[in-house]
Amino acid sequence: MSAISLRNLSIAYGRLNAVKQIDLDVAAGEWLTLVGPNGAGKSSVLRAIARLTQFTGDITIGGDHVGALRGVELARRVAMVPQAPHMPVGMAVSHYVMLGRGPHLGYLGREGRRDMTVVAAILDRLALQAFAGRTLDQLSGGERQRAAIGRALAQEAPVLLVDEPTSSLDVARQQDVLELIDEIRQARGLTVVAAMHDLTLAGQYADRLALLVEGEVVMVGPPRDVLTEATISAQYGAQVRVIEHDGDSRAVVPIRRRSRA
Amino acid sequence: MTVQAVAAQVRIPGLPRLRWLWTAAGVVALLAAALLGVLVGPAHISPAAVLQALTGSSIDPGQATILWQLRLPRVVLGALVGGMLATAGAAYQGVFRNPLADPYLLGAAAGANLGATLAIAYGPGASGIGVNIVPIAAFAGAASAVGAAYVLGRTVTGLRSTTALILAGVAVATFFNAVQTFVQQSQTDTIRQVYTWILGRLVTAGWDGVFLVLPYIAISLVVIVLHRRLLDVLSVGDDEATSLGISARRIRLVVVIAATLGTAAAVAIAGTIAFVGIIVPHTVRLLTGRSYRVVIPLSIFFGGAFLVLADTAARTVVAPAELSIGVLTAFIGAPFFIAVMRSTRAAEL
Repeated sequence: MSAISLRNLSIAYGRLNAVKQIDLDVAAGEWLTLVGPNGAGKSSVLRAIARLTQFTGDITIGGDHVGALRGVELARRVAMVPQAPHMPVGMAVSHYVMLGRGPHLGYLGREGRRDMTVVAAILDRLALQAFAGRTLDQLSGGERQRAAIGRALAQEAPVLLVDEPTSSLDVARQQDVLELIDEIRQARGLTVVAAMHDLTLAGQYADRLALLVEGEVVMVGPPRDVLTEATISAQYGAQVRVIEHDGDSRAVVPIRRRSRA
Repeated sequence: MTVQAVAAQVRIPGLPRLRWLWTAAGVVALLAAALLGVLVGPAHISPAAVLQALTGSSIDPGQATILWQLRLPRVVLGALVGGMLATAGAAYQGVFRNPLADPYLLGAAAGANLGATLAIAYGPGASGIGVNIVPIAAFAGAASAVGAAYVLGRTVTGLRSTTALILAGVAVATFFNAVQTFVQQSQTDTIRQVYTWILGRLVTAGWDGVFLVLPYIAISLVVIVLHRRLLDVLSVGDDEATSLGISARRIRLVVVIAATLGTAAAVAIAGTIAFVGIIVPHTVRLLTGRSYRVVIPLSIFFGGAFLVLADTAARTVVAPAELSIGVLTAFIGAPFFIAVMRSTRAAEL
C-alpha cells in the first residue's frame, strides 16, 4: 500500500488554479521530490498533504483520508519542515525541538521522560547538543535548518514533508542537510516528499521526481528519465546541459545563451 | 546508547522551567506589597497589631475595622485585579504574537467605559434600586465589545486572522469610544463621576467587591495557566502550530474568552486601569525569559504586587486626597511602553 496517495487533487486560490486534478502515489519509505518552475504548485501540494490549505479531491495517508483525521492524529503521521520556518525570538533550540512532541501530549498535557529522551536523542543525532541551550537567533542558517528538521523529527511521524530545504544554504550545507534527511529516512524508514528548485540535488537524493508545470504533473519517474535536456528545455524554457557521472548521478548545468537570432 | 542510558542522563539545557527561586520572589513581593498596603494610611496601625489581628488575637476595635473592612479588602482587590490584568496581558501577547498587545486590545476598556458611562448617566443610581449597576454595565460592555470584535474579525477573509481581529478590535473600540464621548458630553453633570470611574480606583466597601470579581478572575486565571504550554506553541505561527497538531484559532478563542472574562470583571470593579498588562509581563520576560510557562504564573504574583504598590502610592502621595490609580500606572507605563517598543525589533511585531 502506498504511504501517500493523491487522487484528483486540485487547489485554488480565489480564481487562480494552482494545482489541477493531479494524481500521485508515494510508496512507504520512498523519497519523492516535486520539481518544476516557480508557481508550478509544488509547495501547494505539500501544504495540502499537511492540511494547511483547502483542496478538492482525495489525499490519503496510510489509507486514511487526511480530512477525516484529527489535528493531532495528522501531526503524528505527517511532519513538515516549512520553507522559512518561523523561529521565535529568544526561544532555546531544545525548547523549539520539544515543540515537536506536542502531538504526543494531551491538550493540556506536559512532557514526560519519554519526550525528554526523544528530544535528547534528536539533538544528539543532529549534532545540536552543544547548541541546545542557545536561542534560535544565535544560530547560523545551517544550524537553524537542522533545528527545524529536529522539531519535525520529534513528531516521530512516518511521513516527512520538506519544502525547499536548501534554499538559503551554501553548497556544503545543502549537501549536509540532504544527507542528514536521507540517513534518517533510511534508519527510520521514513517516507519523504520534498519540493526543490535545484534539479541536480533533487536528482541526487530522490528515488523519483515528479515534474509539475502550471499545476499539472507532466512527468513522474526516476531522475534519469526526468532530468533530460529535452524535458528541461521544453518545460522550463531553459538551456541546460545534463552531465552524467558515476553512472546514475546527473548534474544539470545552465548554459548561457550566446547567440540570439 | 540505549534508551535507558539516554533517559538516565537527560539533562537538556534551555527547556523552560519555572524556577522555585522566581516563584518565591513573586510570593515574597506580593506579601511585602500587601503588608505595606495594610500598614500605610492616615490611621496608624503597627505591624505588631496587624500580626495580632491576622493570627486571631483581638486588637483595638477601631483599628480592627480599618484593617478588616478598609485596608485588607482593598489590598486583596488590588492583588486580584493586578494579577488578572498582567496575566491577561501576557495571554493576549501570546495569542496575538504581539508584544504591545494588552487586555484592552479587542475593545474591553472601551466597552467597559461605555457601559459604566451609560449606567452613571441614565441608570437609577445605587440608592434607587439598592444595587450598584455600574459594575454590571461595565462588565456587559466589556464582554460585548470583545464579542463584537471577535465576530467581526472572523468574518474578514484575506487577512491573517490575528491581523483581522486586531483591526476589528480597533474599529469596535473607536465606535464605542465615540458613543461614550457623545453620552458623556450630553450629560455634563455626570462628567466628573464618569471620568473618575474611567481612570480607575480600588475603592471597595468591605469585601463585596472582592467576592464579586473572585469567581471570574479565578476561572480566568486557571484557564490561562493551563494553556501556558500551548501559548509557546503558538509562537511559531498559525500554520506551523497546525502542523504540530493544534488549532491556533481554537486556542486563541478559548484564551481570549478566558482573558476577557477576567478582564471584564477586573475593570467592572476597578475601572480601566492602564498599562499593567504591558509593564508586568514584559518586566517578567526581561528578568526570566520568554516562555509563557514562566511568564504566565509569575505575572499573577508580580502583577498583584505591582498594583497593590501603585494603589498604596496613589492614596499616599497627595494625601488626604487620592490620585486615580490609572493615572499612576499610566505615568509609569507610558515611558515603559516606549522603552519596550525601542528594544523590540520590528520582526517581532
